Amino acid sequence: MEEIKVGLEVHVQLVTLKTKLFCSCSSDYRGKPPNVNICPVCTGLPGSMPTLNKRAVEEALKVVFMLNAQPYATSYFFRKTYFYPDLPKNFQITQYDKAGGYPLAHDGSLKLTNGKVVRIERIHLEEDPGRIYYEGSRATAKYSLIDYNRSGIALIEIVTAPDMSSAEEARDFVERLTTILSDVGINVRDYEGALRVDVNVSYAGGERVEVKNVTGAASVEKAVVYEVFRQKTMHEKGIKVVRETRAWDEKRRITIGSRGKEFEEEYRYMPEPDLPPVIITEALMQKVKDEIGGSQEERYNEIVNDGINEELAKKISSDKQLYSVYEKVKFYEPTLKQLAANVLANEISYLMKRYSVKSLPDDVSGLVEILQNYRSIPDHDTAVDYLKKWVEGEKVKVSLQATSVNEIHDDVVKVVAENYDKIKNLEYTKKFEFLMGILIRKFGKENKKVLVEELTKVLSETR
Amino acid sequence: MNLEGYSLLSILKEIERGSINAEDVNDFYYKKSLQLNDKINAYITLLKPDDKKINGNLKGIALAIKDNISTKGIKTTCASKMLESYVPPYDATAVSKLKEQGGRILGKTNMDEFAMGSSGENSAFGPTRNPLNNDYVTGGSSSGSAAAVAANMAPISLGSDTGGSVRAPASFTGIVGFKPSYGAVSRYGLIAYANSLEVIGILGKYTKDVKFLFKLIAGKDPLDSTSLNVELNEKEQFKPKILVIKSFVELSKDEVKKEFYRSISKIDEEGFEVKFIDSFSLTEYLLSAYYTIACAEASTNLSRYDGIRYGPKVESTGNWRDYITKARSFFGPEVKARIMMGTFILSAGYYETYYLRALQLRKLIRQEFEKIVRGYDALYIPTMPVLPWRIGEAIEDPKMAYASDVLTVLPNLTGSPALSLPVGRIREFFVGGQLIGLRGDDIKVLKIAEMMEEILKVKNDGRN
Ligand SMILES: [Zn+2]
Repeated sequence: MEEIKVGLEVHVQLVTLKTKLFCSCSSDYRGKPPNVNICPVCTGLPGSMPTLNKRAVEEALKVVFMLNAQPYATSYFFRKTYFYPDLPKNFQITQYDKAGGYPLAHDGSLKLTNGKVVRIERIHLEEDPGRIYYEGSRATAKYSLIDYNRSGIALIEIVTAPDMSSAEEARDFVERLTTILSDVGINVRDYEGALRVDVNVSYAGGERVEVKNVTGAASVEKAVVYEVFRQKTMHEKGIKVVRETRAWDEKRRITIGSRGKEFEEEYRYMPEPDLPPVIITEALMQKVKDEIGGSQEERYNEIVNDGINEELAKKISSDKQLYSVYEKVKFYEPTLKQLAANVLANEISYLMKRYSVKSLPDDVSGLVEILQNYRSIPDHDTAVDYLKKWVEGEKVKVSLQATSVNEIHDDVVKVVAENYDKIKNLEYTKKFEFLMGILIRKFGKENKKVLVEELTKVLSETR
Repeated sequence: MNLEGYSLLSILKEIERGSINAEDVNDFYYKKSLQLNDKINAYITLLKPDDKKINGNLKGIALAIKDNISTKGIKTTCASKMLESYVPPYDATAVSKLKEQGGRILGKTNMDEFAMGSSGENSAFGPTRNPLNNDYVTGGSSSGSAAAVAANMAPISLGSDTGGSVRAPASFTGIVGFKPSYGAVSRYGLIAYANSLEVIGILGKYTKDVKFLFKLIAGKDPLDSTSLNVELNEKEQFKPKILVIKSFVELSKDEVKKEFYRSISKIDEEGFEVKFIDSFSLTEYLLSAYYTIACAEASTNLSRYDGIRYGPKVESTGNWRDYITKARSFFGPEVKARIMMGTFILSAGYYETYYLRALQLRKLIRQEFEKIVRGYDALYIPTMPVLPWRIGEAIEDPKMAYASDVLTVLPNLTGSPALSLPVGRIREFFVGGQLIGLRGDDIKVLKIAEMMEEILKVKNDGRN
């Protein structure tokens, strides 16, 4: 088996942003009539100037931290000059790691399902071009129509080292990345075309071939399979594979070479003079870290440090939402953390799957109430019913008992003390029945279970 | 009514007093422009001001705006065939500030195409002619903005200054031209030639008018990340400390030198403290650093003009290279030359050799300048080393025009405020003296210019 090397350049739209990267136009372009979300800046009108959307830097930093990458304290925007009708200035504002430039971050990593670690070389911010629309097909359309609604949407580009050695690994990388992105709210699955990949493939030490613009994990896998097959066939026939850029044909599932002779790409990068450097301060990094609550590894370690067992910790840390709820409950009532971990890892994650719940409520007070009274809920089904109510955002009042276990405990002690004279000479069973009668009248039948428990406890203490 | 020689401030005062109204004022400048424009070619677009009453600081007065500053609904051509029918859908920040304060637009002024040039000859709409002698150049690139003021075709005007484009024509037409500190006036809407060097500037007959208008348009703009707030409050009267670099003066023609030194003795007599030093160590690198940076930035700025969105229609032959060659042919020769130089400079293998070195030089020049000028209120040198030349004369020798920029590019490289004012006379022409301050000292430079104006009494009041 000859060696296969795959490296990816993944372009991700920061779909959590409401506005574009360099202007205040709405970033909501899907399904809109053409050229409605545009302004002088994102159509590159003469004299217009970009101003950086600070929120974009914060969102990008979330991904940087999730991929264990290091931000540069100062990074720069560059102009990358090339002609294309969907690029209104004929240069793209992006970041560059040469010519005195620094991208947003460098040296990250992502662990594949099989345990292999893929190195991430750099992550940078850039603007998306517009879109060209061909009526019918490209070959038959009379005009190329340009829609600038997408022009200027904030993208991050994640560049990996050529560390993947199979189509499956490339697919797994994109899938794992998609999950990590959704951990910080960037749900690319919900937005068509929000994740686009340039796939670099080389076979048996040959030249690297770049397949542009592949959308989605499944297509990445197919593109690698095809490209390896193509290069392998050439290799076997003794034809040299040349370094080139190919296009991905989604319908036919093949890659297509660009027509004409090859030429060295010449982008004439230069610093963007209209934008000051991007400064990443300690305070900004802390703010972003507070928002995301660190990487899964950091979350896992924190839960284990709370004394929760590894299996539960793994389950909770793998889901950003479960973790956030766990943290909030812990903050409200530290003594509930073990119970919270159990319930989150089992009942709540079951409920989320079962009822396809996308997001848990921000307000955990209902959950805290359930957990505080958990022991007095008569049975498991009832408990799950309560939890379901909370998960679905309903108001929860644990009505089966009028009061909390603590209060019941206090009241049981009080009832025993008040009636001490009457019961002191009775035998245990009689004593128990007598007191139970008073307690049931006071708290109702539905609390019988907890009353029995508490009374048993109190009597054993006063014996 | 004859407003020849009137300052903008005195006009505003007369309107305040009720002795004249804005309509009459606008009518005067409009009629004068109609009458002279065929000869001077100061305006590309001239607009008849309406007579709606407007309040605000400018009281409805109409001003001239250089044709590379975006004006909503009014053609903004950059004096290029490429933009001959381009109408911006938005106003530059400086323009909206003027409008908010009661200003109107009298017209869009002629210029060197895309602000590339020092003579005002590189315009797709023909050269601007010097009001002092119509056979001579006005200087550029804000040629029309200077000529309009000098010929009483506008009370005051906006220009832009990338390497001397406000000061050179001010010097050649005998008026005041002010280039603010880099960032002191928003560039939003100024059609970019070289972003890191340029700024919107003001041309007027009197420094006080220029100062007044500067205060109206200065300030940080959220749409321009490179803009900043400079000090706008004025210091009490002070005795200016002036530095003169002799080697800069020596670059000038003898007659220019003589008039310039004469102005120094006059201000010296009036109590200015004048110090001389021999030379500026990086003089020989000024022009190369300037042109390298300017052309590099220009080549990317101008890459958007590809015939798809701007420019006359090009019939496609189906061959992309043919198409792009034709579409780009609407640029004039000077613009093409600078795009090609910039493209070369940014090409792989040359970027480090030229562009990065030019950026390093700029840094050194800045440090050297600050070291020398700190402790003084301003540097004082001639604006142009030569007098205006005959139209067409420099075309055989383009280096002659480039070399004339040697004294004006320094403040663009350092981001300093710089002002040219008339300080001497030679035949029908004027000699311009240039004051250059530290970045942020805009008001100080304007103040010194006002004092010098008072002392020297060299004035082109348009009544020659
Ligand atoms: Zn926009």
